[in-house]
Amino acid sequence: MQWEVVIGLEVHAQLATHSKIFSGASTAYGAEPNTQADLVTLGYPGVLPVLNQEVVVMAAKFGLAVGATVAPRSVFARKNYFYPDLPKGYQISQYELPIVEHGHIDLTLEDGSVKRIGITRAHLEEDAGKSLHENMGGKTGIDLNRAGTPLLEIVSEPDMRSAKEAVNYMRRIHQIVRYLGISDGNMQEGSFRCDANVSVRPVGQQELGTRTEIKNLNSFRFVEKAINFEIERQIEVIEDGGKVVQETRLYDSDRDETRSMRGKEEANDYRYFPDPDLLPVEISAEFLESVKAAMPELPQAKAARFAAQYGLKSVDIEVLTAAQGTADYFEAVAAGCDAKLAANWVTGELGAALNRDGLDIAESRIGPAALIGLLKRIEDNTVSGKIAKDVFATMWDEGSDADAIINAKGLKQITDTGAIEAAVDRVIAENPEQVQQFREGKDKVLGFFVGQVMKATQGKANPGQVNQMLRDKLNS
Amino acid sequence: MALTRKDIEYIAHLARLEVHEDEIPAYTDKLGKIIGFIDALDAAETGDLLPMAHPLNMSQRLRPDVVTAADQRDVYQQNAAEKEGGLYIVPRVVE
Repeated sequence: MQWEVVIGLEVHAQLATHSKIFSGASTAYGAEPNTQADLVTLGYPGVLPVLNQEVVVMAAKFGLAVGATVAPRSVFARKNYFYPDLPKGYQISQYELPIVEHGHIDLTLEDGSVKRIGITRAHLEEDAGKSLHENMGGKTGIDLNRAGTPLLEIVSEPDMRSAKEAVNYMRRIHQIVRYLGISDGNMQEGSFRCDANVSVRPVGQQELGTRTEIKNLNSFRFVEKAINFEIERQIEVIEDGGKVVQETRLYDSDRDETRSMRGKEEANDYRYFPDPDLLPVEISAEFLESVKAAMPELPQAKAARFAAQYGLKSVDIEVLTAAQGTADYFEAVAAGCDAKLAANWVTGELGAALNRDGLDIAESRIGPAALIGLLKRIEDNTVSGKIAKDVFATMWDEGSDADAIINAKGLKQITDTGAIEAAVDRVIAENPEQVQQFREGKDKVLGFFVGQVMKATQGKANPGQVNQMLRDKLNS
Repeated sequence: MALTRKDIEYIAHLARLEVHEDEIPAYTDKLGKIIGFIDALDAAETGDLLPMAHPLNMSQRLRPDVVTAADQRDVYQQNAAEKEGGLYIVPRVVE
């Protein structure tokens, strides 16, 4: 039987505020346990939540970025459940009237076609604390620093049809929240994570199959692997004559499998009701206008502009616009030299060096101005592209500028025809066998000669010039 | 709407309240009466009225995004039954 996969994602993005959603406690990551848990976070009697304005701005930005309706009026609700990482006995969330509804993301699929994924809603809520079970002598330790950190939960329609599409969608959401500066998107620190709802049905069937929910996926790779495992598992269950049970499952990355979380499942009766401690949130047209005015250029618009303004290839554009920082860096370099050369170096040499050292482009050892300094020397033929790579490596390691390195190491390209000619003559004289081969029509041998001359000149000869001169001499 | 013994047990469980066997009939009766009041409210014509999220006819006041709370962990943890290394210690929660 042919199966169709149906996937919907709930993405949780921690909003990059300084203080918590309902109190003035810090949200900084990595502090000593409970040093950022104030009275509101701890759920002391008599305290009241006061909504952080920045959180509303951030949610509105997201809504605008995905073509959604930003609700003029939204309401906070209590989601009731007992768990020690949530001392109040309820999580403040939004239920019937979320702040953002009816948005979408357009995905470009592998075949180049565009597929629209619906965003049902995005609502604001508070994160819970952390429970630690290891080495606690049979007890549980609670750290409430994370409790009360603002989250935007972004719920998609069940529009995705493969794990690849789901990852593609999640990457786009990740890119957008980072462009907007509303979340740092740091998946290792849990700032960006998702739950995946997965079901399968026979191709052609309208009715949805029974779904399972895979919780807390915190890397793009895990999302893909967990969903693929779950698809296989569900198909196997059905083909063996069984039924998929609606349940919550956990992905175990060590074993690459999902496991049932049975037991925690009982009585999911959250008894949502409007939180009497919080008034409805009203967003005026003026407020929304001011948010709109402060919106940055978004990835898709930037990609279109890069194509029109710089005439770059779409592969390069994808890399350059993946993150705002990369795009800004590229534009700073392209302002000082040829844009295509800039694109090649930012996506190539620079990207590789950043990757190797695990650095963000903001932490690059070579800034845009320094890179321009190097690329200008390629443009004016002071160094060849190959030598430039060596200069780049030295700049990266030692931090000095291109000209200083070129001068100190004597890397200036030899443009003196006499010097090149001497090297060419010597190489031809030393390799009569290859000369013979070339004259018999083996054109490929030319590469050997070029290599020899470059070696003889320590790579400083202009390759174009060497090529021409070799051809002239060998053909004469 | 009449409540049953099952309803009372379920509500007590959700609220993590221990209700003794001999208290159940009284709760069934009293909570049932409260539900009865709600039935009376149901009779009111609400038509196109927007559900009321809050009795005050105001909107939420917003707070600037500034850290104002200093670390007072040691003070707060004086109220904790058990603590260790800055953590609040609770009975084991099985994942």
